[in-house]
Amino acid sequence: MDSINKAVLDLKRLDLLANNDSSIHRLDARAKVLVTCVFIICIVSYGRYELAALFPFFIFPAVIIALADLPPLFIARKIALLCPFVLVVGMFNPVFDREVLLHLGSFAVSGGWVSFASIVVRSILTVGAAFILVGVTGFTAVCQALERLGMPQVFAVQLLFLYRYIFVLTEEAGRASRARELRACGKKGLGIRSFSSLIGHLLLRTWQRAERIHMAMLARGFTGAFHAHRQSHFGKSELMFVLGWSTLFIFLRLQNASQLLGKLVTGLFP
Amino acid sequence: MHMADALLSPAVGGAMCAVSAGTIAYCSRKVRQELDDKKVPLMGVLGAFLFAAQMINFTIPATGSSGHIGGGMLLTILLGPYAAFLTIASVLVVQSLFFADGGLLALGCNIFNMGFFPAFLAYPFIYKKMVGNNPNQTRLTLAIMVSAIVCLQLGPFGVVLETVLSGVSSLPFSTFVLLMQPIHLAIGAVEGLVTVAVVTFVFKARPEILQGALEAGPTGSRPVRTVVVAFLVAALFIGGIVSLFASKNPDGLEWAIAKVTGKEELEASKQGLHGVLADLQQKTAFLPDYSFRKQPEPKKSETVPVQKDEAGKVGTSAAGLVGTMIVLALAFLSGLVLKKRK
Repeated sequence: MDSINKAVLDLKRLDLLANNDSSIHRLDARAKVLVTCVFIICIVSYGRYELAALFPFFIFPAVIIALADLPPLFIARKIALLCPFVLVVGMFNPVFDREVLLHLGSFAVSGGWVSFASIVVRSILTVGAAFILVGVTGFTAVCQALERLGMPQVFAVQLLFLYRYIFVLTEEAGRASRARELRACGKKGLGIRSFSSLIGHLLLRTWQRAERIHMAMLARGFTGAFHAHRQSHFGKSELMFVLGWSTLFIFLRLQNASQLLGKLVTGLFP
Repeated sequence: MHMADALLSPAVGGAMCAVSAGTIAYCSRKVRQELDDKKVPLMGVLGAFLFAAQMINFTIPATGSSGHIGGGMLLTILLGPYAAFLTIASVLVVQSLFFADGGLLALGCNIFNMGFFPAFLAYPFIYKKMVGNNPNQTRLTLAIMVSAIVCLQLGPFGVVLETVLSGVSSLPFSTFVLLMQPIHLAIGAVEGLVTVAVVTFVFKARPEILQGALEAGPTGSRPVRTVVVAFLVAALFIGGIVSLFASKNPDGLEWAIAKVTGKEELEASKQGLHGVLADLQQKTAFLPDYSFRKQPEPKKSETVPVQKDEAGKVGTSAAGLVGTMIVLALAFLSGLVLKKRK
């Protein structure tokens, strides 16, 4: 029953993280968006059976979480709710791909398991990158960065608008849903009929709210754009941030760091 | 049925991002041209409404399990195709950033799968045609049911195509289609029922909302049809190019490097640290190009002939494991150290 409220609380917590003040938070949002994109592209560009080479990329989330003082357990918990669709699709790899790919001592590991593990690691890295981006930048700043990188203004306004009202409407929906569940006494009365009139009422109230908001906005001279409260510019530190991380990612992409290090260590202590 | 980064190749993800970004730009221009600034807050608040509505569950008749509304068709009916596409896209952006729904690269796929089909196929070609100019209950019910089912067949089919083209999953196309389509037939029927129920409620309470939406949309379906054709052509074109490169080149980045430098791989000086490292890699890599490569394995019944390099292989895979562990430990240690220092 409290799943809606839980989801809203989670959303708020992630949103509030962006209010921290750290060297990473102070960077221009465009730099962080660009670095996140390079990171994700490097990761998904690996072949299906790549596993060891993906691990060095954990340096990025680890360093950013530390520098930006994000709560690591909270992020880890959110990542742990990995998209179930990915897991379901990934689980078919061991079924269809049974050719033995490598031997670990006496164990034979099939290609399917390797690629399944690779999918899970990719998932952790890419989903984690998205959470970290929001945590160190904030939704509003991400939108503004995207707008300055060329996203149409109408869509930027839409995103900002949506974001402002998500909190209002999810709380309203949560209250309505709780009331319905309390009256349902268990199972009966939670079907499509009560759902549709509940959603219908919510929709009509939302519609009226939009009309009121529109009038209020007109009264305040809305011209079709929101104004940012913190103006930042793309300076030297942003350039260093983008170049530094991108170089690292591309280096890691081209060199299998795990392999190099492992050989070095096993070579030293035979 | 959110597509995810982990299942995507950069070529497919990038192409779909380009297509979705193009559609967003087009819809933004259209919404701006309509100059109906009343729609601006309406789109925003209805997006938030959809977000909230997706959190409320209902019990699915005759199964006992519960589901939630998708709402793509509902928004399209209320807002018309252009505004609805933008609204659905914005909801997906928030979901990808705040919930583990897919990822940033997969956003292009998700926007296309869940926004394009209701807004630019089902709405103009099914819903509007079937409802006509003066809606009544029967027509609305039929039109919405058919549209919802069609959307929820095409969307998952998009997911299947994107997954199979990316080649990260080993699911064969036919198996995947057989898994996805029947499930989504049922989901589409339920989605249709719920959408009918909500639209009927709105139709009874405030018929002018539906009427207004029907009149406000593009009158002839010609502009929409040109859009659809243009995007199909673009998709085929991009798909063709992508598959051309995909077949000739193992992956996009190496191809890009080859293009930029004119060589297969970055050539580094043979002396110095890089030379040593490269030499080391040459010796240690499972195989010089990919870390693992499939070898034609004998059939199960045959005995595996012991190969000469079996011992060496175990050694290198051990090195890979050890290296991975160390790298992982280093990554987290660096995080810890940075955290302590603060």
